[in-house]
Amino acid sequence: MLEKEFEIRWHGRGGQGAVTSANMLAEAAYHAGFRGVMSAPTFGAERRGAPITASTRIAPRPLRCLSQVEYPDMIVVLDDSLLTTANATNGLAPDGFVVVNSSSEPEELGLGNGYRIAVADANHIAKEVGLIISGTLMINTAMLGAVARASGLIKLEHIEKALNSIFSPRAASKNFEAARLTYEQTRCLSPADMPV
Amino acid sequence: MAVNSSAVAVITGNKAAAEAARLAKVEVIAAYPITPQSGVVEALANYVETGMLDAEFVTVESEHSAMGVCIGAAVAGVRVFTASSANGLAYMSEQLSWVSGSRLPIVMGCANRAMSAPWNVLNDQQDAMSQRDHGWIQLYCRDNQEILDTFLQAFRIAELLSLPVMVCYDGFILSHTVMPVEIPGQEQVDTFLPKLVARTIVDNDDPRNINPVTLANPRQNGNGVLCHGYMEFRYLMQQALEESLDTIETVDKEFEACFGRSTGGLTWSYQLEDAEVALVAAGSLANEASVAADTLREAGVKAGVLGIRSYRPFPDVKVAQELSGVRQAVVFDKSLTYGYGGPIYVDVQAALFRNRVLPEVHGYIAGLGGRDVNARQLVDAVMESIAWNSSENKPKPVGWLNLQI
Repeated sequence: MLEKEFEIRWHGRGGQGAVTSANMLAEAAYHAGFRGVMSAPTFGAERRGAPITASTRIAPRPLRCLSQVEYPDMIVVLDDSLLTTANATNGLAPDGFVVVNSSSEPEELGLGNGYRIAVADANHIAKEVGLIISGTLMINTAMLGAVARASGLIKLEHIEKALNSIFSPRAASKNFEAARLTYEQTRCLSPADMPV
Repeated sequence: MAVNSSAVAVITGNKAAAEAARLAKVEVIAAYPITPQSGVVEALANYVETGMLDAEFVTVESEHSAMGVCIGAAVAGVRVFTASSANGLAYMSEQLSWVSGSRLPIVMGCANRAMSAPWNVLNDQQDAMSQRDHGWIQLYCRDNQEILDTFLQAFRIAELLSLPVMVCYDGFILSHTVMPVEIPGQEQVDTFLPKLVARTIVDNDDPRNINPVTLANPRQNGNGVLCHGYMEFRYLMQQALEESLDTIETVDKEFEACFGRSTGGLTWSYQLEDAEVALVAAGSLANEASVAADTLREAGVKAGVLGIRSYRPFPDVKVAQELSGVRQAVVFDKSLTYGYGGPIYVDVQAALFRNRVLPEVHGYIAGLGGRDVNARQLVDAVMESIAWNSSENKPKPVGWLNLQI
């Protein structure tokens, strides 16, 4: 079990659901037994398509820290174009986790300087499951599966519970299917380093 | 959502506020959306629409009208709710004074936001602080649990004293951040907060003027009864505000007996018993200060926190008692009383002087217009103050945290 606080920063584009996923991760972590969970969008205006961030904090005991996350332990990148354009790795610990939605192999992302990299092709999975709203692939919930796989902090059952508290049963099961498939298909660059 | 048993939900501060209004069974809601308060209005509109809350949701064209609707409904004797922020609260300002002067037990939320200009939608506490002298009780919340709990307490306090209460919570930092909140069951809330016993003069069989022009001196009414002048009304209002110091504490004790949680009433403290330095603040900043106190203690500085919950009435005696053992109080304000430092700093100094408790008191301005404040900066400020005391023998000017000029 986690000793100290674990901080996750989400990078997405307005409309991709980064804030929603960040919040669901906090709830899933609560279901996993963490009593200190918190999640917030980066404060300010949001525009569809523009880079945005959100943060989730997870700790064993209730949190009192409300300032913005500066030095995340993990970044979750919903769109691999943000790796370079949004300076996604800013402040990330040298051995931090990078969880990316990409069709590339982990080695191909040009990140390999100590980061623990996990890659999932959430676009492909969302298409397969049929998570498409107004022509847009919804990959945010799929990426919860990648976070679970890479961090080991939450299990699929906790994600399922969090999805059920937000979505209708039908939508929840579709989103859970995406999270489950993503969990299974996430490729970790250095699996030996991953906590169980 | 649990009806008769409590359950924990991971929700935003706005949602916690809406949940409190739902559990308080408010009957009339009138509000105009404004960032960062909008979430509370959206949630309540949804509750009314889906039948989760049996209330009249009155859509209005402005905050001034929102409070006008609340005044009308409260005069008629029902429990009402509204919320606003910054510019919206300022637009409502005239009505705030009508509410308190009419002694209406209205509870409103203020998701604290900076005042224009320049344009800014982010957090500080200038909006509520600028409205402090209208005769409303003002309570500040440190986290989302406290938002829900404080609203429930606020209805009780308001209705016991016939005074309005503004529940203040930091915009974005709490309004938009999810965290675990224990949501009590309805039966439990009904026990703590009984149905409003209307104290109304609205009666078809006995028509009267409401809030007639009231001149300076007491005058006889049509029946020859001597009635108060304006000054007597205001004296009684001030008496009620002073009495609320006890009521706020009592209601918190009742709340604790019912729910097993306490907000602290007028103030809360962290590691203050043996502290030599106290960090003083209101709202989420005080919570962040408790993290700074941990760091300071690790560095050998005996630090503690005094969280101000009730800003009006200002609990001067309790503040002086809580700070009676410290050598240094460092006060952090998220607003200004322009030309004279931060309002909490000014009031803390007056409270200490009046009660003959005289630690060194320094003030810092922090987090204006959403500038992030972290524990590290609070630690630095405390260290700066400690260093000042050993090197300077003159008053320290008010400091500004993380000013980039």
